[in-house]
Amino acid sequence: MTLRAFVGKVGVIRAALVLAALAALELLCRLGIINRVTMIPPSEMITSLWSILRTGRYNEDILFTLLNVVAASLIAILVGFFIGAALHALPRLRRPLVPLLSAWYAIPTFVFYPLLIVAFGVGRTALIVMGALFGVVAMIVNTTLGLDHVPPAVAKTGAILRLDGLRRLMLIRLPSAAPHLVTGIKLAVAYSVIGIVAGEFILATEGVGKRIAFSYDNFDNKTMYGMLLLLLIAVMAVNGALSVWEKRLHRRFGAR
Amino acid sequence: MKSTRFDHLWLFAGLLALWQLVHWAVGPDVLSSPWVTIVRAGELMATGAFWGHAAATATAFAIASVISILGGIALGLWLGLRRFAGDVADPILGTLYSIPKITLYPIILLLFGLGVSAKIAFGVIHGVFPIAIFTMNAVRNVAPVYHRTARVLRLPPPVAALTIMTPAALPEMLAGIRIGVALTLLGVLIGELFASTSGLGFALIRAMDTHAVNDIMAITLLLFVFAAGVNALLRFVERRARHG
Repeated sequence: MTLRAFVGKVGVIRAALVLAALAALELLCRLGIINRVTMIPPSEMITSLWSILRTGRYNEDILFTLLNVVAASLIAILVGFFIGAALHALPRLRRPLVPLLSAWYAIPTFVFYPLLIVAFGVGRTALIVMGALFGVVAMIVNTTLGLDHVPPAVAKTGAILRLDGLRRLMLIRLPSAAPHLVTGIKLAVAYSVIGIVAGEFILATEGVGKRIAFSYDNFDNKTMYGMLLLLLIAVMAVNGALSVWEKRLHRRFGAR
Repeated sequence: MKSTRFDHLWLFAGLLALWQLVHWAVGPDVLSSPWVTIVRAGELMATGAFWGHAAATATAFAIASVISILGGIALGLWLGLRRFAGDVADPILGTLYSIPKITLYPIILLLFGLGVSAKIAFGVIHGVFPIAIFTMNAVRNVAPVYHRTARVLRLPPPVAALTIMTPAALPEMLAGIRIGVALTLLGVLIGELFASTSGLGFALIRAMDTHAVNDIMAITLLLFVFAAGVNALLRFVERRARHG
């Protein structure tokens, strides 16, 4: 009980802190210390977002990006899982690959985006491939980590119960690796979003990133901050939901 | 034992072969061949313009890394030692870490303008949060006996942080620094791609605009080698700290 009260107290202070930061930002904008060309007050970002959603004038862009993110994330997760599982099974292939995989995210992968445009044309396919390329490595790394962390005792249980290969995978290995797999899924989705939005910034005919870049170029700060807010809220919501799932699994299977 | 020693070479050869195969499949307009890329990289390295861009990137990367590391460690130490502040800040830091910073590029541009400060700012917002999070967790995981030692010795908090907590938490902090520095490089390069008139990121965006595939590939290859090198160096330091 005391613990829960403490959690509540922390929660209240956390909320107060965030609200205070927003209020300070609002004040700085209203007083003109941050000028309107740089940033509009947070309250206006919210009204702008509300009007975008109410009128539905950018629905096509939002849907375009959303579908791309879903497609890219699914590809990254599935392909990443299978490559990760294969690497786990082939340690000799994996060991020399580790430095390459861990340097992957220091490279702005979207420099390959123009090459993808040449290969696939401007449009959905190039963006999806871009997002999947960016997301897949996180899934590979976390899949191998997850399978590494299956405790030997748990793996032996499968052998004792004389489960066949498939059942051993589905009933024993995957649940045991689940916390890391969810971490991989969370990161794959986040990186897919980055890849796709970056691609839309660079060159696209539609999409949320394209809309933000376009309104930035045209000094349309209202639209820009409205769309930015939408993007951030969407990303935080998805990330938050996956984090809750991740934490629950970690608690259940124990983080090792 | 001997057979595994050549695994790196085999993998390297395999990757080169794969690259060449993809090159044949999609054509030189999309992907240069490995040989052409390497030759082009050599040519670039012989020019003064390349080293000018490389120096601009290296300067911004170095400054951004120092700010990320110092800021991240200071924040992480403070939040790790103050349990309550850490609890309050933990999910906020996690959220800041996970939002795609690239979406913030218009804001950074509007705040800092085109130029070196925008690149540095971009690098720092990428690098500082993972370092802070790793440091905070590292300090929290320090064995209680060290905390008690600090109390018994009546060390003032800054001295305790410097002489007891930092060495005890060092290996985990170095892991955070490795990730943070890699992301700082990414951030600096993104900053250069979108908001700069010098640096390798700028050279890349210019190659993209003129569709100089060989240049894109060569610069990317050099960046990848550099990033992998920095990463390997930090991994080495990390391993030394863990065992020393």
